Amino acid sequence: MNRLRTMKPAARQNLISYTLVTAAYLVIRLLQGQGMLSRSIQGQLVPICCYIVMALSLNLVVGISGELSLGHAGFMSVGAFSGVAAAVSLESGGVGSPAVRLVAAMAVGAVLAAAAGFIVGVPALRLQGDYLAIVTLAFGQIIVNILQCVYLGVDAGGLHFNFLDAELHMEGGVSIISGPKGTVSVTKIASFTAGFLLILVALAVVQNLVNSRAGRAIMATRDNRIATASVGINSTKYRLMAFVVAAALAGAAGALYGLNYSSVAPSKFDYNTSILVLVFVVLGGLGNMWGSIVAAAFLTALPETPAMRGLADYRMLVYAVVLILVMLGTNNPSVQSFLNGKLRRKKRRKEGAVK
Amino acid sequence: MMTFLTYLVSGVSLGSVYAIIALGYTMVYGIAKMLNFAHGDVIMVGAYISFCTTSYLHLPAWLSVVFAVAVCTALGVVIEGLAYKPLRQAGSLAVLITAIGVSYFLQNAAQLIWTSNTKVFTSVVGLPSVRLFGGRLTITGETIVTVLACLLIMAGLTFFTGGTKLGKAMRACSEDKAAAQLMGINVNATISMTFAIGSALAAVAGVLLCSSYNTLIPTAGAMPGIKAFTAAVFGGIGSIPGALLGGLLLGIIEIFASAYLSSELSLAIVFGVLIVVLLVKPSGLLGRYVPEKV
Repeated sequence: MNRLRTMKPAARQNLISYTLVTAAYLVIRLLQGQGMLSRSIQGQLVPICCYIVMALSLNLVVGISGELSLGHAGFMSVGAFSGVAAAVSLESGGVGSPAVRLVAAMAVGAVLAAAAGFIVGVPALRLQGDYLAIVTLAFGQIIVNILQCVYLGVDAGGLHFNFLDAELHMEGGVSIISGPKGTVSVTKIASFTAGFLLILVALAVVQNLVNSRAGRAIMATRDNRIATASVGINSTKYRLMAFVVAAALAGAAGALYGLNYSSVAPSKFDYNTSILVLVFVVLGGLGNMWGSIVAAAFLTALPETPAMRGLADYRMLVYAVVLILVMLGTNNPSVQSFLNGKLRRKKRRKEGAVK
Repeated sequence: MMTFLTYLVSGVSLGSVYAIIALGYTMVYGIAKMLNFAHGDVIMVGAYISFCTTSYLHLPAWLSVVFAVAVCTALGVVIEGLAYKPLRQAGSLAVLITAIGVSYFLQNAAQLIWTSNTKVFTSVVGLPSVRLFGGRLTITGETIVTVLACLLIMAGLTFFTGGTKLGKAMRACSEDKAAAQLMGINVNATISMTFAIGSALAAVAGVLLCSSYNTLIPTAGAMPGIKAFTAAVFGGIGSIPGALLGGLLLGIIEIFASAYLSSELSLAIVFGVLIVVLLVKPSGLLGRYVPEKV
């Protein structure tokens, strides 16, 4: 207990985060063991983990780095498809252990998504604001569009790849990615435990980055790019760092997501998914990692509860309204002064007393 | 040769629609300095209004267009007043996220009202097709009306911004809002006016787009909206002739790309154009370069 008090605030916060996530995991495991979770919620456990990691990583870009990325699902798709390809080829190569395949798939997904993030980020991060948003949106669409034309299979001779043409010239073997249909007949090896571990890793990466020298440089760039550049910080480098790290995490989440379903189409990762993750980040609070976790978990699980089933049609409508209201509430000076009215008056009274 | 001309004609037709939408983007961006993501969805609303008035109320086609324009104009002003005006002083991130929220709201509201089933949109154009070169080249009535409408709107807007008092006020606001206010221009009213004009154009574009393609779904406006923004950036954002040029070029590129390169990759090619333009010449073909002030 004493050690906890003498720790740095950042380190203490990290420790609390890990403890709380672990506690949540254990509680859900316990409920699962008691059979107290409905089937639909159980089916959502892995996607919830994926969306939490997506929200954490997007929060790094939008909240910490201050740039609106509308193509985050594109990186998830890169991770999903490369991860599935890795897992299936390992399986046909004789690797029996699902855990090894899953970890390898997530690693491959993260690396390739990071590469995609680098390729997208180098040109895109020369831009700012609206232009950056629209370019990331465009890249997200391009990635999905290209993946819709990819055909990949594996047989005894190794991987067979073709673009725009379904003919793979394989001798036996299995098809992995089949154009617009996406991944086909994948062995589902994703597990809730893996998702939980991925959340811990993502949380560790993001929080350590935010509390590091690089993280401070990223936030300084967000707050005032010109002032930051004038004290000798290479702002492009740090913005790119945040972007690539976020892409890598999204890739790992994508690999987990892809291995949770027997078939996932590229169109699953379109603009709407990017916006959904953005909704999680904005509702959770920009720059607030805890908010992202809670919002992603809550908003993914909520529509699955029986009480909300009837309102499923209105879900997106409500999200849209809440998105607008949150923005108005946090950014409009008159609304803010109304909300802070009492608080400020108290403060002023205190200040008056000091004088 | 004839196939080439056929593709060119459909490219110009599609490009004209993009140009009309891009005009709305360009005007709003020029004056409010914000990317109105919901613009594409206003197109969709316009098309649905026209669809409803002709299919359910059996009104004549021209009246349905008038209805669509009226509803969209009102919608544009309401959106601006409720969602964007309170954020005039806020950062661009907040405004952008709000605009996405509005876009999402319109799409989902449309889905609730009109369901996600595809509606068959009957063309509002009664003009017969024109056959040239002994019937080897057919130009549909929709194409002719679309191109004419685009040119007419372009000429009208050029006159409006250049010649009228309100148009001059608009240009003044886009140059410097504070100075415009000191000259006695009502900045808020001018911005509302810009949204009204942009949304009216969106309604026209929506009706023309759906007349050419005959299908209508709640997300019908999103993709043309984003492509039209690409066109606006391509031509130089804030410039009216730029929107025309960018729209036409993008329409032609899209049709040629899907005809000669790959229909599956046409989306990637169109967005590739956007990225190349933004990296090579961010001010666009006809835009002005504005240096950043510290």
